[in-house]
Amino acid sequence: MGTEIKATDIKIKERAFPIVIVGHIDHGKSTLIGRMLHDTGSLPNGKVEELQSSCDRRSAPFEWSFVLDSLQLERDQAITVDSTQIWFHTETRRYVIIDAPGHREFLRNMVTGAANANAGVIVIDAEQGVSEQTRRHAYLLHLIGIPQVIVAINKMDLVDYSEDRFKEVEAEMTAYLKEIGLDAQAMIPVSAANGENLSRKSYKMPWYTGLTVTDALDAFPRVAAPVERPFRMPVQDIYRYDGRRLIAGRVESGQLEVGSDLTVWPTGRTAKVLSFESWATPKEKATISAGESVALTLSDELFVERGHILTLPTAGPRTANTLSVRLFWLSKTPLQRGESLTLKLATAEYDVVVESIDTVIDVDDLSRGRGHEVIQNGVAEITLRCRSNITYDLFYDLPALGRAVLIDGYQVVGGCIIEGGADVETASRNLTAVPQSVSSDERQVANGYPGAVLWMSGLSGAGKSTLAMALQRELFNRNIYVYTLDGDNVRNGLNRDLGFSEEERDENIRRVAEVAKLFADAGMIVISAFIAPTNAARAQAREIIGDRFHEVHISADMNVCESRDVKGLYAKARRGEIEDFTGISSPWEPPENPDLEVNTGELSLDDSLGKMVRYIEQRVLQAKDKAISSNH
Amino acid sequence: MDDLDALEAQSIFILREAFNKFEPLGLLWSLGKDSCVMIWLAKKAFLGRMPFPAIHLDTGLEFPEAYAFRDRYSKEWDLDLIADDCPPLEEVDPSLPPDSRLAARKSLGLQQAIDRYGYKALITGIRRDEQATRAKERVFSPRGVDNSWDFREQPPEFWDQYNTDFPPGTHVRVHPLLHWTEVDIWRYIERENIPMVPLYYAKNGERYRSLGEMGITLPIKSNATTIAQIITELDETKDPERAGRTMDHESEDSFERLRTTGYL
Ligand SMILES: Nc1nc2c(ncn2[C@@H]2O[C@H](COP(=O)(O)OP(=O)(O)O)[C@@H](O)[C@H]2O)c(=O)[nH]1
Repeated sequence: MGTEIKATDIKIKERAFPIVIVGHIDHGKSTLIGRMLHDTGSLPNGKVEELQSSCDRRSAPFEWSFVLDSLQLERDQAITVDSTQIWFHTETRRYVIIDAPGHREFLRNMVTGAANANAGVIVIDAEQGVSEQTRRHAYLLHLIGIPQVIVAINKMDLVDYSEDRFKEVEAEMTAYLKEIGLDAQAMIPVSAANGENLSRKSYKMPWYTGLTVTDALDAFPRVAAPVERPFRMPVQDIYRYDGRRLIAGRVESGQLEVGSDLTVWPTGRTAKVLSFESWATPKEKATISAGESVALTLSDELFVERGHILTLPTAGPRTANTLSVRLFWLSKTPLQRGESLTLKLATAEYDVVVESIDTVIDVDDLSRGRGHEVIQNGVAEITLRCRSNITYDLFYDLPALGRAVLIDGYQVVGGCIIEGGADVETASRNLTAVPQSVSSDERQVANGYPGAVLWMSGLSGAGKSTLAMALQRELFNRNIYVYTLDGDNVRNGLNRDLGFSEEERDENIRRVAEVAKLFADAGMIVISAFIAPTNAARAQAREIIGDRFHEVHISADMNVCESRDVKGLYAKARRGEIEDFTGISSPWEPPENPDLEVNTGELSLDDSLGKMVRYIEQRVLQAKDKAISSNH
Repeated sequence: MDDLDALEAQSIFILREAFNKFEPLGLLWSLGKDSCVMIWLAKKAFLGRMPFPAIHLDTGLEFPEAYAFRDRYSKEWDLDLIADDCPPLEEVDPSLPPDSRLAARKSLGLQQAIDRYGYKALITGIRRDEQATRAKERVFSPRGVDNSWDFREQPPEFWDQYNTDFPPGTHVRVHPLLHWTEVDIWRYIERENIPMVPLYYAKNGERYRSLGEMGITLPIKSNATTIAQIITELDETKDPERAGRTMDHESEDSFERLRTTGYL
């Protein structure tokens, strides 16, 4: 081991600095770690030799990554399973690396490791460039609150140590990081396998004059406990000793002195701090501050329990029953609207319901879209609602009280940071607090059928309106309460403030869906005949309406529709006189899994109508038997 | 707040979480340096008295110094000591290598304690830096019904939000020292002046770096008679801590096998 670093006082007296290494699988994370351990003289005696001989026995070529893969199983599968912790040291301090594997399904391990890190290293393969996984990892680092990162652009040997290639990858990554609000302290061209620019400057890349990886790491300041922020102490437990009541917990931010007034949240009651209690400490404490685990006594016997938050009376936390959070979802089962979960925030636990999935964020291109679910490893902005008030802070103000994990049953299924909690929701809580005096089951029994929404979609000219009107007449004749919502009766009134931009179209559909839901709740069969061109729009409608939603695809070919061109719209659109015309100048996504498909290009109007009526007979009118029988 | 304060605060937080969430709860006391530090931390967490028992899985094969230490400090530290004998060697899986079978006796002893006293969770003093397999641990680590550890299916654990709700039948290990290193332990022992089994300090050019049963733990060459000297020695050595544990080297996977079947 040639470049051995002698132990110094500095490194031993200080706790190891935790860092996390992330990046796409095979971009060289493990190699970088293995090689860095070796180059800094941090490996135990015999480790490399042991692995070398183990490789020889298996007749496999030696890889630096084997240094990490001490677990037999990992070697066999040739992937790193978990966030292993590895210690090494530079000349100035000790480090603990939390090896974050790149395999997508192992993201929760990365989160586990990275949440404890003070800094992150993002490894990118210079040849492959920035990948979806690279971006996902960077995004998550940001989301879980890693304050500082460097980027190692690796395998420079494979691109002939080309400055141009480095610049390209650097530019792409810089742009992405900037957009998510993360600022890399350094971007370093390295060859992990050859030790270039890891702990020694590379002669192969004289054009690079910046820091090596170890120098860049050494430059990171330690993340300090937020002593200067407002005082927050979540109550962990109450102990009774010799008739005294000790409130135990960890100070998450700020400082507190004996004699100060303290307010307990959510009760809002105030008392004085009498003492800080401890065992085997040199002298009695008069002050406690962020990071300490403490026990204190109060002047009055207030109601205090686990989950409560202690603050100074002047700088209290926020409270709200509805939170806007940015979520990362770790469970294999997608998150859906309406789901009940436990929100664990500091030491408190709240039962919450996912009120809405507001925006699903594609971390690859950072596009924001509507969605009715959040899949594993996905990121979204969602709204959570709780029956009681939640005591919290905004993540960007006080991270420790501005983030929470979500638990489903026995499992941690996600994490979220709190970006807002609104009064608007408080108002709507008051509205929905009044229960309907007639339930929809009772209406169903009275009417003899349940309310339903037949959501017809299809291109202009496919026959939606014609069919809707025919169907409405047919059902009305059978004494069924039925009503049709279409562009004309909605666009002229309720939605007359909306144009045809993408957002306005989405809003149009949202309102129509809400109205349709009300009609259906009232017991009616609603026929809606809108274009609703995208899967996302229809998914949202389904989400709003729920079980009563029936998707009907009126499927006629584009050609058929255009040749019909009843209103002359296609001709106009072709001439460019209509902007955003579905199927021509704006996208049309046919429904993927409609409950019913009616091809008006092939069927006569009568046959098409017959098909819809039969569907309603079987799926809606009969449905009452099922719903009612399930009641006893 | 220095870094030892930070480590201490973190461990106290974990111990308090465990005490709040699990009943009955116990702490495994191997008599070694880590579990002694843990007891010290528990006394700090609970203001002088550890409110759950210290369990010593007794194989009858500890060093005499270790027994003397146990008897003295269980009183001095006001511990509720449980020191039942582990089941005999005959009950151990005979396919394991000989020295590992001794450790396997402890696994049986552990199972016996769980069965006998119904512990929902046990606090143990393992650290991530000890051994590669231990690096994969969680602070609150669920074991299966058969006490097994599935290192592939480790639950996510972040922001100090420990998952403490597990399905019935799950047994939980709590690891308040997971984030400490061997050097951290010694620096803390020095600062707090925590008593230790004397075998850790050099005598006749030898000392024990890791303490197990007689016959399966070997001393290292050392002249470190004070903690300061031990720390300097550790700083310079590149030998792994458990080099003196014979079972670790018997076969490539014996430690892993012990681990997945419930050995600490
Ligand atoms: N040529 C070259 N290959 C490298 C370099 N770094 C890593 N590799 C190779 O890339 C592959 C994946 O590396 P590994 O460290 O396992 O990637 P990880 O999945 O990100 O941990 C291995 O075959 C390495 O040998 C490098 O700097 N140059």
